[in-house]
Parts: sequence; C-alpha cells; structure tokens
Amino acid sequence: MIEVLSSAALATVQDLGRTGSLRWGVGTSGAMDNLALAAGNLLLGNALDAAAIEVPVFPFKVRFDEDCAFALTGADCAARLDEAPLLPWWVHQARAGQVLTLGLPQGGAQQRGSRAMLCLAGGVDVPEVLGSRSTQLRGAFGGHEGRALRRGDVLRAAGGGAACKTGFGLVPPALALPLQQGGVAAVRVLPAAEYMAFEPASRDAFWAGEWKITSQSDRYGYRLEGEALRPIAPMELRSHGIVPGVIQVPHSGQPIIQMRDAQPSGGYPKFGTVIEADMWRLGQAPIGSRIRFIETTWDEALAALDEVRAWLDKVARMVELHRGAPVSAARQPG
Amino acid sequence: MIAQRPSISLLGTTALIFEAPGEMNLTSQQRIWALAHETQAWPEIREAVPGMNNLMLTFLRPPRGLAALEALEARLRDAWDEAVALPREGRVVELPVVYGGAGGPHMADVVAHTGLSVEQIVELHSAPLYPVYALGSHPGYCYLGGMDARIATPRRKVPVLSIPGGAVSIGGAQTGVSASAGPSGWNTIGSTSMSFFDPALDPPAALQPGDMIRFRVEGIVR
Repeated sequence: MIEVLSSAALATVQDLGRTGSLRWGVGTSGAMDNLALAAGNLLLGNALDAAAIEVPVFPFKVRFDEDCAFALTGADCAARLDEAPLLPWWVHQARAGQVLTLGLPQGGAQQRGSRAMLCLAGGVDVPEVLGSRSTQLRGAFGGHEGRALRRGDVLRAAGGGAACKTGFGLVPPALALPLQQGGVAAVRVLPAAEYMAFEPASRDAFWAGEWKITSQSDRYGYRLEGEALRPIAPMELRSHGIVPGVIQVPHSGQPIIQMRDAQPSGGYPKFGTVIEADMWRLGQAPIGSRIRFIETTWDEALAALDEVRAWLDKVARMVELHRGAPVSAARQPG
Repeated sequence: MIAQRPSISLLGTTALIFEAPGEMNLTSQQRIWALAHETQAWPEIREAVPGMNNLMLTFLRPPRGLAALEALEARLRDAWDEAVALPREGRVVELPVVYGGAGGPHMADVVAHTGLSVEQIVELHSAPLYPVYALGSHPGYCYLGGMDARIATPRRKVPVLSIPGGAVSIGGAQTGVSASAGPSGWNTIGSTSMSFFDPALDPPAALQPGDMIRFRVEGIVR
C-alpha cells in the first residue's frame, strides 16, 4: 500500500487507455506519455498496460506502507527516497515506512519533461472499468474512484511485498529518439480533412512557425498560441468522431490539440493530426514551451510507430538480461 | 456546401472518417448504422463509431503502406454503395422537462434569437419524437435528429464552464441532454433527471442509436 501525502493536484491513475467504448461517448484517457508508462512497466516486469500514477504537479509525496519495488519514468523530478537521491528511468526498492518525494522537473529547456510516471510492482491495483484502469474524469469512473488523487488516498500495488529485481535503468526516449526542428521540440503531423480549406499562407505558417503551449492546456487539450490560422471560408461541420492528436481550429484561429482526455467527438475544422508515435513527446511538453510541426506521410507515420516499437523491444531485451542476472551483478545507482 | 460524393479522411494513424454525401437525414443515418455494423467485423478495425451522417473507424492495426490504405478506402466506398438503410425499432423514452427558470438559464437567449415566446419554444421543442442518431461528446450523451428549425439558435460565443447533468439545450440546429456535468457552448433551456450512463451495466449507455426521446412538459418556470 502507498499513501498520498501531498495535495497531489491533478495526479491520476492511468494505463494505456480505454479503447472500444467510443460508441458510448467514452473517450480513451490513458497516460499522456504512453512510452514512459510502457517502459516503466517493462522495468518492473509488469504487463505493458498495467496502471501507474501520472504526476503533473510537484512536489508529490507518497509513503510506502510495505516493501515495494517501483520505477520512475517520464520527467526527471529530482526524486528522493527519504533523503537519498534517486536516478530517473530506474527501478528502485522502497522499504515499509519510506517516503518518496518528487520535486520539480529538471533539465535544459529541450530536455525537461512535465509529467512523471510512478510505476509500482504489479501495477496500481484499481478495478478495471470498461476494459481499462484509466481515470475517466468526465464520466467520474475508472482509476481511483473516478477522480484525481488527494492527500490521504491509499493505493495498493498488485505486486507489493513481492521480490522484484531492482537497481537498473535505461536511457530515456527523449535521448534515444530525439526529434527537433530548428532547435525546437517537434512532432509529426498528418494533414486532416479540412487542411486544404485553410488559406495557403496559413498552411505555410503552420509548418514554419513556433507554437507556444499556453497555460490553458491540460489532459483534455493543448491550446496553442501563434499566427492565427484562417479558413478560406467559414466551415460548419457535422459532429464526428475524433481521437487524441487531432488539431482543431476554432473561430479564433488558434489551434487546439486534443490530448488523452479528449472527448470522442467534435465539430471544429480539423487541420491535421499529431501522429500516435509522437503523442508521448507532446505529453511531456511543458506549459509555456514552444513546439514545431513537421509534415509527414502515411508511410513515414507507420515507420515512426515501428521505431517506437523497436525501442520498446530493445528495452524489453535489456530488462530481460538484468532480471535474468543474479542480484549481485545488477548495477546499483551511485 | 453539400457534398455529392462520400469523402474519406485520416485522423493520423489512429483512425479514418467516412462522411456520407447529401443533406443530413435519418435515411442516410440508417445507412451509416448499417455500414458501422458491417465494418465492425473487419479485421483491421478496432471500433466503428457512428457520428452525424458520418462514421469513424479506429484501427486495430493501421494498414501497412499507402496501397493497403487505398484498398481499405475502396472497400469502404463499395460497402457504402451496398449499405441498405437499417431501420431500428428502438425504444421510446419519455423525459419530463422543466423548461426555463434556474434549470434553463439561456431560455431568454433563444427567445431573443428566434423572436418566439417561451410557450411557442416549449411547444415546438416538445412536439417531435427525436431519434438518437449517435452517441458521443461524453459518456452516454446522445446526438438527436429532428429538431424544428424554427428554434435553431447559434452556439454561445463564450462556452459555459459547467452545465449540470440533465441540462436540455439547443446548439445550432441540434438539441440534446447532457449526461453529466461539464463545459458546454449550447443554450440550456430546461432540465430533466435521467441516468444516461452506468459503467457497471452492459451496455453502459441507457440509449442506443435508433432509440427515441420525447420531451414531456413537466412545467414552465418564468
């Protein structure tokens, strides 16, 4: 069991998302950085889609009430176990009574993430609802009681108390799979249905410009600020399905990227879609930072998905080596 | 602008959208339901999700390569050509509505826009049997067809931060009932009480496409 000691604003239990319930109006939810979640689970020998705690606001503090292995992935948050500093992207062992503290994300402007994943041995043990343990905030179900965590909440790790190989880690994907354009973090975008219905100058400006992620950005969507995108003529669309990554352009001309808590349908014109393979990059982009968009093609977008899968396969093989090795051979954090 | 031919577009590598041609109507929606039923069984499709005269298909496995994608699109167009309107003998659900007052804070805006009286708006709104076209927006929310064009009122310039569950509202030419509290750009003209969604039930949504809603006037508050 772990107990939340901090106010924990907006921290939620997430897995890889709830697919298959869109037709009932249920959006997917799921980890904003799905790669950090999958890698953390691999490090612990969990199922890839086990649930973890996504932490977007710091400091965040929990106390372990029993021995429990855990992995920290996502943003590097100068974590400490009691007073001992912890390496990020690493598997650690907590003893009963120890307190884990996550501080502010650190690193240079282009390396700093914004969300930490706290993965626990066996995964966070909350009931599966409609095939997922992710928190559905609008529907108030899933995750821990269908809401964000609060001080005093107690969560159970399914593999708490069990022996688990610890003391090893991996190179984070931000370093292994970097993507920048003109020195600015970038994501790849496939044009969507209404792309050609925008002014040519707006289309050019979209790819050439830098876009600021404004403070009105959260798990539902990122509101961007840049040169306004102008449609050739006003558009009224029929309500239709949308997915995380879709870039909508409301009347103001300032785009909104739908994120993991996006509703499953919408009606604003769609300029493009951030490809699934790059959603983890966006999930880590801090509020106030700038991003750029790179136009991509169907085949390139599939190759990008393959690249992500290959990285996870590599992580799985590396973890296999560590977990197969005797405990004394495992490297310890310095 | 009304399209003459169906259109297909991508939502990244996650999904594609098929949009039916022509004016929005129930017959076209019934063909969308038939297309959803057919495509749900295709091996590369995770979920077929009807919208308003359109259909989103999410991929279990995105087709490998542009040629495979184009083949899927061609198969989809053929399936649409062969899709026969699938009428559904849905249930009729009656919802008692209190119009106006604290539960209908934007009734005055609909009056101002339409030039009709509150009584006329209530009469026009409660007259039809509204077919559920599709679910979306939030868990259990129903997109309805068939609202009288005379009470159509544009979406609000500034969305309301939160309207309660059960809010009966008008957005453009559409009407609906929110299934849970949340932000909305629609004009709320009344309120009802109905549980639209329970994740513990199978199916979790109380209403399905093809079911019908009738709003019964429980009261009018001025």
